[in-house]
Amino acid sequence: MMPQLVIYPLIVQMLLAIVLMFVWSKISWQRTISIVGSILNLGIAVWLFSSVWQHGSHTVQAGNWQPPFGITFVADTFAATMVLLTAIAGVAVSSFSAGSVIPARLKFGFFPIFHFLLLGLNGAFLTGDIFNLYVWFEIIIITSFVLLTIGGEKAQLEGAVKYFTLNILASIIFLTAIAVLYGLTGSLNMADLAAKVAAVENRTLVQVNALLFLVGFGIKSAVFPLYFWLPASYHTPPSAVSAIFGGLLTKVGVYALMRVFTLIFDVDPFLENVLLAVAVLTLFSGAVGAIVQKNIRKIFSYLVICHIGYMIAGLGMMTEIAIAGAVFYLIHDITVKTNLFMMSGVIYKIKANHNIKKLGDFYADYPKMSLLFAIPLFSLVGIPPLSGFWPKLSLISAGWTTENYMVIGGIIFASFVTLFVIVKLWGEVFWKTGEKLPETRNFPYFKKLTKMKKTQMMAPIIFLSIVSLYLGFGAENIQALSERIAFELMDNQEYINAVLRK
Amino acid sequence: MEILLAIIIGTLYASGIYMILRRSLVKLIIGIILLGNGANLLIFLLGRIAKGAPPIIPEDSKVFLDAYSDPLPQALILTAIVISFGLQSFAIVLVKRAHKVVKTDDLDEMNATDEYS
Repeated sequence: MMPQLVIYPLIVQMLLAIVLMFVWSKISWQRTISIVGSILNLGIAVWLFSSVWQHGSHTVQAGNWQPPFGITFVADTFAATMVLLTAIAGVAVSSFSAGSVIPARLKFGFFPIFHFLLLGLNGAFLTGDIFNLYVWFEIIIITSFVLLTIGGEKAQLEGAVKYFTLNILASIIFLTAIAVLYGLTGSLNMADLAAKVAAVENRTLVQVNALLFLVGFGIKSAVFPLYFWLPASYHTPPSAVSAIFGGLLTKVGVYALMRVFTLIFDVDPFLENVLLAVAVLTLFSGAVGAIVQKNIRKIFSYLVICHIGYMIAGLGMMTEIAIAGAVFYLIHDITVKTNLFMMSGVIYKIKANHNIKKLGDFYADYPKMSLLFAIPLFSLVGIPPLSGFWPKLSLISAGWTTENYMVIGGIIFASFVTLFVIVKLWGEVFWKTGEKLPETRNFPYFKKLTKMKKTQMMAPIIFLSIVSLYLGFGAENIQALSERIAFELMDNQEYINAVLRK
Repeated sequence: MEILLAIIIGTLYASGIYMILRRSLVKLIIGIILLGNGANLLIFLLGRIAKGAPPIIPEDSKVFLDAYSDPLPQALILTAIVISFGLQSFAIVLVKRAHKVVKTDDLDEMNATDEYS
C-alpha cells in the first residue's frame, strides 16, 4: 500500500495535458496520446479503488505539513469510486472525441483542455480541504468554459454567456461561504472542520453558512430554482463535450453537497425540509421540461436535471439506506448520461438533425445500433433488471421508513415521466418513418467516415453500455459498495481519524 | 476599521448583485468583478485584522508571544484574486466575442438557446 497512490490520478491527467500541449497542431498524435493516456488513467483509478477497497482510506499530506495545517488529499471509498467513474467516462469520451470532433476544433487545443477538466474533476473528488475544493472547482469551470465555446458558433457563445454567469456566481457564493466558515472556525481542513463547526456557539451563522454552501453547490448541480443555465447551454457544444458535461459536471456539485452535509454540517430538520422540497421540485420541473422539448439533446439536458432530484432526495432523507440509494444512482447516472449524449452525437452524425420530429427510420436503417442504444435508454428509465431500477428501490424504501410520502410521489412521477419521454423518443427517432431530410453539404456524415473513426465513436458506447449492464446485473456488488460508502458518510469518524491520524 | 470594512463589503456585494441584474453584458462583467472583490475583502475581514503584528516567531521562542495577523487569509485572497483575474479576462473576451457574433449586448435578446425548438 502506497499513500502516494492518491495523487497519481492528478499527476497522470496533468502530465497528459502538458504532453498534449507540445503536440498542439498534430491532431493524429493528440488523438492517440489522449486515448492511451486515458486508458492508463483508468488503470490507475482501478488500482486506487481496489487498494482503498481492501485497505480503507488513504491520505496524503501535501508538502508533509501535519494536518490540519496542510492540504490533505483523501481517498475514501466514495472519492475512489468517483475517480474510477471519472476515468471510465474519460476513456469513453476521449475515444468518442477522437472520432467525432472536427479537426478545426481539435486544433484549438481540445484535448489538453479536456484533460485539464478531468484533472479538476479528480482533484475535486480527492481533496480534503475546502479551499482546495474551491480551486479545483475553478479549474473545472474555466476548462468547461473553453470546451463550451471552442468553435465559436452563435448558439455556443450565447449558451456560454448564461453558463458562465451562473457558474461564476456559484463560485463567488461558495467563496463567501468559505470565508464565513473560516471566520467561524479558523480551519479549512474538512475533517478538522467537522469537529470545530459542531463546537461553534453561534448556531444561526452556522445555519446561514450551510445555506450558502447549499446555494453555491446547488447552482453547480443544477437543482430546482437554480438550473436554468443547464438547458440553455448543454445542447450547444459538440456531443463529446455534452457527454462529459452531462455525465460529470453536475455530479461534482452533488458530490460536494454530499460531502459537506454529511461531514461538516449536521442536517437539522429545517435544512432537511429544504433539501427534500428542492429534490421534489427538481424531479418535477426537470421531468415536465423534458416532455415538451423537441431537440434530442435538450430532452437529455432536462433529464439530467430531473435525475439530480433523486440524489438530492437521498441526501435529504439522511438515512443510511437513502444515502446508499443516492450513491447508487450517482454511479448509474454518470455512466448512462455520458452514454446518452454520445448516442445523440451518433444520431446527429447520421441524420444531421437534432429535432425528434424530423428524425425517424433509425430502427429500419440501423437495427443493431438501435439495439445498442436501447440499453442506455432503458437503463435510464430503470426497467428491472437494468441499473436505474435498483437505487429507486432503496430510495422508495427509505421514503417509507422516514414517512416522506411527497418524495416517494416525486420519485414515482419522475420515473413515469422519464418512461414516457423515452418511449416518445423511441417512437419518434427509431420507429417512425421519418421525412426525407435534405443533404447538408460538407457535413461529415457517419457513412462517409473512415472505419477507424466509426470504431472510435461506437466503441465507447458499447463500453459504457457494458458498464451499465454490469451495474444492473451485478447490482448486488454495487449495492454493497453504495452501502459501504453510505456507512462511511454517515459515520464520519473513520474519515476524520484517517485524516487527522488519531 | 472592521465597521468600515463591513460597510464596504456590503456595498460591493449589493452593487455587484444590482449590476448582475441589469440587462447589459458589460454591466454583468462589472457586477461579477465587484462581487469577486467583495468576497476577497470578506475573507480578509473574517481572518481577523491585527494591525502591525507580522506572523513571525521571535528567534528565542517557540510559540507566538503576541497577537499576530493570520497569514492564511492573505494566501487565500491571493489565490482567489489570481483565479478571478483569469475568469474575468475570459469573461471580457467571451462577451466581446458574443457581442460580435450575436450583435447585441442586451441579455433579453439573447434567447436563441432557450427557444422551444
